[in-house]
Amino acid sequence: MTLDSLLFQAINGLSSASGLFFIAVGLSLIFGVTRIINLAHGSLYMMGTYIAYSFATKIGGVIGFWGGILATAIIVGCIGALIEILLLRRIYRAPELFQLLATFALVLVFNDMTHWIWGSEDLLGPRAPGLAGSVELLGRRLPSYDLFLALAGPVVLLILHFTLKLTRFGRLIRAATQDREMVGALGVNQAVLFTSVFALGAALAGLGGALQVAREPATLATDLIALGDAFVVVVVGGMGSITGAYLAAVIIAEVKALCIGIGVVNLGGISVNFSKFTLVAEFLVMAIVLIVRPYGLLGKPQGAVRSIAEPEEPIRAATPMLKLLAAVVLGLLLFLPVLAQSSPYLMILGIDVLIAVIFATSLHFIMGPGGMHSFGHAAYFGLGAYGAALLVKWLAVPMGFALAAAPLVALAGALLFGWFAVRLSGVYLAMLTLAFAQIVWAAVFQWEGFTGGSNGVIGVWPKPPFNQGWAFFLLTLALATVAVLVLRRVLFAPFGYAMRAGRDSPLRAEAIGIDVKRIHWLAFAIAGCICGVAGGLFAFAKGSISPESIHVGRSIDGLVMVLLGGIQTLTGPIVGASVFALLQDTIMRQTEYWRALLGAVILVLVLAFPSGIVGAFSNLWRRWRGAS
Amino acid sequence: MSAAMLTVEGLSAWYGAARILYDLNFEVGRGEVVALMGRNGAGKSTTMKTIMGLIPQREGAVRFEGTDIARMRPFEIARLGLGFTPEDRRIFADLTVLENLDIGRQPPRQFPDGTPAPLWTPERLFALFPNLAEMPHRLGGRMSGGEQQMLTVARTLMGNPLLVLLDEPSEGVAPLIVEQMAATIVELKKTGLSILLSEQNIHFARLVADRVYVLEKGQIHWQGTMAQLADNLEVQRAYLTV
Repeated sequence: MTLDSLLFQAINGLSSASGLFFIAVGLSLIFGVTRIINLAHGSLYMMGTYIAYSFATKIGGVIGFWGGILATAIIVGCIGALIEILLLRRIYRAPELFQLLATFALVLVFNDMTHWIWGSEDLLGPRAPGLAGSVELLGRRLPSYDLFLALAGPVVLLILHFTLKLTRFGRLIRAATQDREMVGALGVNQAVLFTSVFALGAALAGLGGALQVAREPATLATDLIALGDAFVVVVVGGMGSITGAYLAAVIIAEVKALCIGIGVVNLGGISVNFSKFTLVAEFLVMAIVLIVRPYGLLGKPQGAVRSIAEPEEPIRAATPMLKLLAAVVLGLLLFLPVLAQSSPYLMILGIDVLIAVIFATSLHFIMGPGGMHSFGHAAYFGLGAYGAALLVKWLAVPMGFALAAAPLVALAGALLFGWFAVRLSGVYLAMLTLAFAQIVWAAVFQWEGFTGGSNGVIGVWPKPPFNQGWAFFLLTLALATVAVLVLRRVLFAPFGYAMRAGRDSPLRAEAIGIDVKRIHWLAFAIAGCICGVAGGLFAFAKGSISPESIHVGRSIDGLVMVLLGGIQTLTGPIVGASVFALLQDTIMRQTEYWRALLGAVILVLVLAFPSGIVGAFSNLWRRWRGAS
Repeated sequence: MSAAMLTVEGLSAWYGAARILYDLNFEVGRGEVVALMGRNGAGKSTTMKTIMGLIPQREGAVRFEGTDIARMRPFEIARLGLGFTPEDRRIFADLTVLENLDIGRQPPRQFPDGTPAPLWTPERLFALFPNLAEMPHRLGGRMSGGEQQMLTVARTLMGNPLLVLLDEPSEGVAPLIVEQMAATIVELKKTGLSILLSEQNIHFARLVADRVYVLEKGQIHWQGTMAQLADNLEVQRAYLTV
């Protein structure tokens, strides 16, 4: 590879960087002012491409294309304003996690809406009128549209920079980023400010998406891919810094371009295809930055957030009645196989529910008592499932061995990712965990030779007697019971107390000698390990595993289960997982647009039951007891 | 004393389950400087934040210029002409002095009787606080405590308020600045501004205040003129001296 081709790739990288920048900068601005991570930001970007496609093809010509791009930015900005007014305004005082969930519900709704309007085919827009050709650079032909995109990023960066610096709107954004309550006390209507910032951020995402129309096809998978990329950019660049966002976008895009540019290289007799390493490279950049500068290249440590949410209730040991109830439920479950003789499907459903219980309980362990809101728990589920399945596929190990190995593989992953994750907190941690999960997913997806790529691994069937539904059910029941009991035991051990102390007051916990990061790291590892059990069971229960079943959707399912049950109780995740798994089985299969339905369910949940099902019942119970 | 500008009746406030204020009743007349005095934790700052709408859990009536502001949001209250300078100053550290002032800017205002309220511009404020005039482009985060204290008062004045809630202006600043601040308050009073001041330091309060309410554990235990408090060593010992 020559210097020329390197330069060529570098310019290519700059045009990708612009796209990354448009989406990341909006995310960053919105977070700065409203303290909400807009998970639907990738969806706004995706819809930008689709809307611009419609303008460019339906109206066509210069007006349809260039005018369409501008119109798209305005339309998406208006969608953003509507989101802020109709949804976010109601939940600014809700716990962070609910805000994240609410915006994720929008991801689901928008994805199905886009699917419904534009269909599931990829749509490639026309070439840009006026920029359809290419320019000659160093003896190579470079599409002039790419060159235009490469310039668009810095131009928007400059405009934003001077807007923030020189206008009152910009000054208000900067002031509100620091202390929005004080801005309100000085007579500024925050509602208007928040809406306009949200609209601006959305318009930037829409613009970014629209500009891609002549370069890449519009696809339904863009929303989460763009979101994951934007997270990495924001984490690397530093939250709230627009220059940092551009810098990070350039670094990441260039590293990726370099990997593709290098291509296949012979290293000591082994040919290595670097273009397969784009995701690993992204991860490495992020890892290095986080080690050196935990708040990103140009970010600042987040000041102590003035907490407006209610403090967490202490968790309580189970009452004798609850223990009795648990024993009765367990007893009934033991008899379920007898009932299931007439309907074998009951066993399959039972196994699904129990796997969900293990998954949700392990997630709750770090989310509730640990205060670490992981948005990437699917990673450990996937590591467990793939760990077990690949051992069976490549080494033909017995089922017992594979099932035992699953949590160990997940543990290894959780130890690695957790080490980075516990260095951050709050939304940074949520973003990082989501990015890690995206990386696991993409690695599985890209590494076709080893993992089977999108086809996954098949033929992972349990050996007799566990090939019988009832036997596998009892095995799952036994493992689920052990998992729940182990996690409970840990929570009521000194380790559990230290973990909660670290959540509630990290500084005070450190002052009495608790190594908070270490405790949280170990907790993260324990949760990942237990989650691996669920993954291993899942692979054997289905007889196969594919990237689809470890996608970000599963992480979010886990969050919904935990929130459904209520985050402040230990029975919450168990109830939440059961209800969710049953709901998914019965309702979600009825419609093609189950995502939108799920999104709607989440939105109702977030707006109507801020303390979850179990929380709502225990509040009722307390009120009833208080009244009598 | 002229008619009351700010009237507080039966004001209570809670942080979560903890009740902080118990049924407070007091008023501030037009052009008056009234001090809320008491030790740390007596509830002075909470009273101010509650009036300003910054404590969500509150009960009781707050009337400003005849308007009931007890259920209004902070920005609406500020737009009626009630200024607030918090005890921890809350300067925007990433913004310059001029930019900080700009955030506080509001349109000119009139008293209900039609007389115009003093109109503040950065130039007039720089004349009032010469220290600030020397550093118009300095970042808020790079200023000393005393300079920040001046800036927070100046920023509130940019809203052309009719009444200012001034939370512990003498706290944590050098003695020289404390004296300057007292002189400034006297100066502001002359422009017709009413001030509700919270203060622990009786020497400072004596320089500026007309009347005093003494708070302890969220309740008013004594009220009277500044001169009466200055002579009443018993009240001072019971509620003020450490």
